[in-house]
Amino acid sequence: METITTSSTSVTKDTPLMTPEKPNEVVENKVIDRDHRGQTVGDVTVENPRMTARNVNVWYGDKHAIQNVNLDIANNEVAALIGPSGCGKTTFLRCLNRMNDTIDGCLVEGEIALDGKNIYDKDVDVVPLRARVGIVFQKPNPFPKSIYENVAYGPRIHGLARNKTDLDEIVHSSLKRSGLFDEVKDRLDQPGTGLSGGQQQRLCIARAIAVSPEVILMDEPCSALDPIATATIEELIDELRKKYSIVIVTHSMQQAARVSQRTAYFHLGDLIEVGPTSEIFTNPKHKLTEEYITGRFG
Amino acid sequence: MSESNHSGTTSMPSSKRAFDIVTDSLGKRYAAEKRFRIYGIVSIMLAIAFLLILLVSIVSKGLPAFTYTQVQLPITYDETVVDPEGGRDVDTLSRANYSALIKSSLRELFPEVTERSELRKLNKIVSSGADFLLRNRILENPDLIGTQEQVWLPVDDEVDTYLLLKDNEAFGTGRLSESQVSWVNRLIQDGKMENRFNRTFFTASDSREPESAGILGALVGSALTLLITLIISFPLGVAAAVYLEEFAPKNRWTDLIEVNINNLAAVPSIIFGLLGLAVFINFFGLPRSAPLVGGLVLSLMTLPTIIIASRASLKSVPPSIREGALGIGASKMQTVTHHVLPLALPGMMTGTIIGMAQALGETAPLLMIGMVAFIVEVPGGIFDSATVLPVQIYLWADSPERAFVALTSATIMVLLTFLILMNGLAVLLRKRFEKRW
Ligand SMILES: Nc1ncnc2c1ncn2[C@@H]1O[C@H](COP(=O)(O)OP(=O)(O)OP(=O)(O)O)[C@@H](O)[C@H]1O
Ligand SMILES: [Mg+2]
Repeated sequence: METITTSSTSVTKDTPLMTPEKPNEVVENKVIDRDHRGQTVGDVTVENPRMTARNVNVWYGDKHAIQNVNLDIANNEVAALIGPSGCGKTTFLRCLNRMNDTIDGCLVEGEIALDGKNIYDKDVDVVPLRARVGIVFQKPNPFPKSIYENVAYGPRIHGLARNKTDLDEIVHSSLKRSGLFDEVKDRLDQPGTGLSGGQQQRLCIARAIAVSPEVILMDEPCSALDPIATATIEELIDELRKKYSIVIVTHSMQQAARVSQRTAYFHLGDLIEVGPTSEIFTNPKHKLTEEYITGRFG
Repeated sequence: MSESNHSGTTSMPSSKRAFDIVTDSLGKRYAAEKRFRIYGIVSIMLAIAFLLILLVSIVSKGLPAFTYTQVQLPITYDETVVDPEGGRDVDTLSRANYSALIKSSLRELFPEVTERSELRKLNKIVSSGADFLLRNRILENPDLIGTQEQVWLPVDDEVDTYLLLKDNEAFGTGRLSESQVSWVNRLIQDGKMENRFNRTFFTASDSREPESAGILGALVGSALTLLITLIISFPLGVAAAVYLEEFAPKNRWTDLIEVNINNLAAVPSIIFGLLGLAVFINFFGLPRSAPLVGGLVLSLMTLPTIIIASRASLKSVPPSIREGALGIGASKMQTVTHHVLPLALPGMMTGTIIGMAQALGETAPLLMIGMVAFIVEVPGGIFDSATVLPVQIYLWADSPERAFVALTSATIMVLLTFLILMNGLAVLLRKRFEKRW
């Protein structure tokens, strides 16, 4: 705590979240000590938030997986979560649509609001929540059903298509946008589990966007993709951003730099630093962030 | 070499040395592997040998029961005997004296026999249950009255036993008299007595006479009992497993329930019989010996098996599939019915079939609820008195007549056939629907 070199950049209990006092000017060229944790460097808030996370703590049994994370996700923004393996990126991502509810022994504390409404309130129904906040998992998990059924399942259970033509249209356009359509258009009735790893990943992306979520959470969506497929997905992300908000976890700095507007750096369960992507990559304030993006560990 | 390692700057053994150690120990490792393989092969051989001994003994004893010595007699359906009133009344027809028809036919074949005691011995050649066959023929087709036809009728079990064992010096003529032996030999020479397929075994129920005893009653009893068991235990078991695995919170209560279910699977089956007797028969007043009660008792017994198998099969569905469905906004129920259940169902059915096979072979609890009675009628419904295949085996194994030994083994063969079919079906299901994800 004593090693804080600046008084204004961190969110403390005394400084209200909504009134950061021009964080970037003071710390110019100053790198915060790597032992300093617990308070996020940079401005976690945005002007037009879609989702706001406040004091989020997650435990898996006894393991405190993420600690006191505050982060806003803006409208029409791509937020990138980066950090070394096991630092809690997936955990935080899964909190945003309450997927952690499905894990036994997982406890989520704090407040996460979608359009101002706390999604962890008792009266919130997770079914519509997850339709609004879609997720693409780290490991592709297509249903052991046909490719068509994989994509059609969401629209069908939510009643998004009035008839077969509608549904066909949704399925085809979703597959096209995820860049898979040309590869599978002749075998839509074949099992989705028979696709290659990268194809499965794009199938899962198509499945997620088929229900038109307002916020899309993507956990390393391009980890198994070649550069061309990656480019397609990045184009898709760019296009989706016009209407929706996207949170993407990635291990590729270049990808984070290409697609995101804001970047959040996690380290061992702490949200270390948040800032505009360009700044994080060119001028990180925290020693850990700097070490990570310059490749000294992670 | 070790010297240099101690003094060397690196603590890692040199690669040469590690390689030497590996090659040195290699012989020992392979020997252990070989020994283990031999143990395995020996135990499998032993198991196969015991199985073969069992099968050979059952088949060699049981095969004779599938055939039976029968005698061809020209039967005249004399109207004065069969239907003296001429009304073709079913009651009169079924009460007529059909053994008289057999007796007169025999007397015509052997006109030289006149003495009363000899005549009685002659009549003894044909099974005392043969008149039922004639009665059934007439009841099925009353137009036969007044006509004559050749009919194959079963012989008395003593005749059958004699023919089976006559080459054995010690057996001699068995319980047959000299004159009976000579008649039998003459009938065989004339081609009027031969070993034929024993239809009675599959079309009749239990009887005091081995030649008219069959397994149809026990088969139908087993089928009805299993049907009840399936109808009750499959839906209950699957529902319980789905609830416990997918919906119930994991806490001390569900742990307790889990332990209890596992315990129930290990409870001796006769306890379930006692429970059935106390609850279903004495308390609820359901009929004794009925397939309904048998099925209820066996359901209690198979439920734990089905629940355990179903839970295992639900557990084997990868969580990522549930997450995939939940992640696009499927409800818990939709996730289970659309994705988890279809994937788990083959495993559940396999478990159910194996549970059913266990139930099919179960005897003890059924003895407790009185399904052990001597029942000559084929049960017509789940409330009728009935017996089941394993109990029939138990009953016949207890009978003194020699011919019942063959019947017992033959029934065991039938039971084994069903068990093999069921287990085969289970394997087939598993193979057919095995999904990779
Ligand atoms: N289901 C779980 N049960 C127990 N511990 C878990 C579980 N999931 C994650 N953890 C722990 O929580 C911490 C954060 O995990 P998380 O999956 O969020 O990491 P991550 O940042 O996504 O890593 P990666 O980049 O490797 O995907 C890790 O230490 C992990 O071991
Ligand atoms: Mg992860």
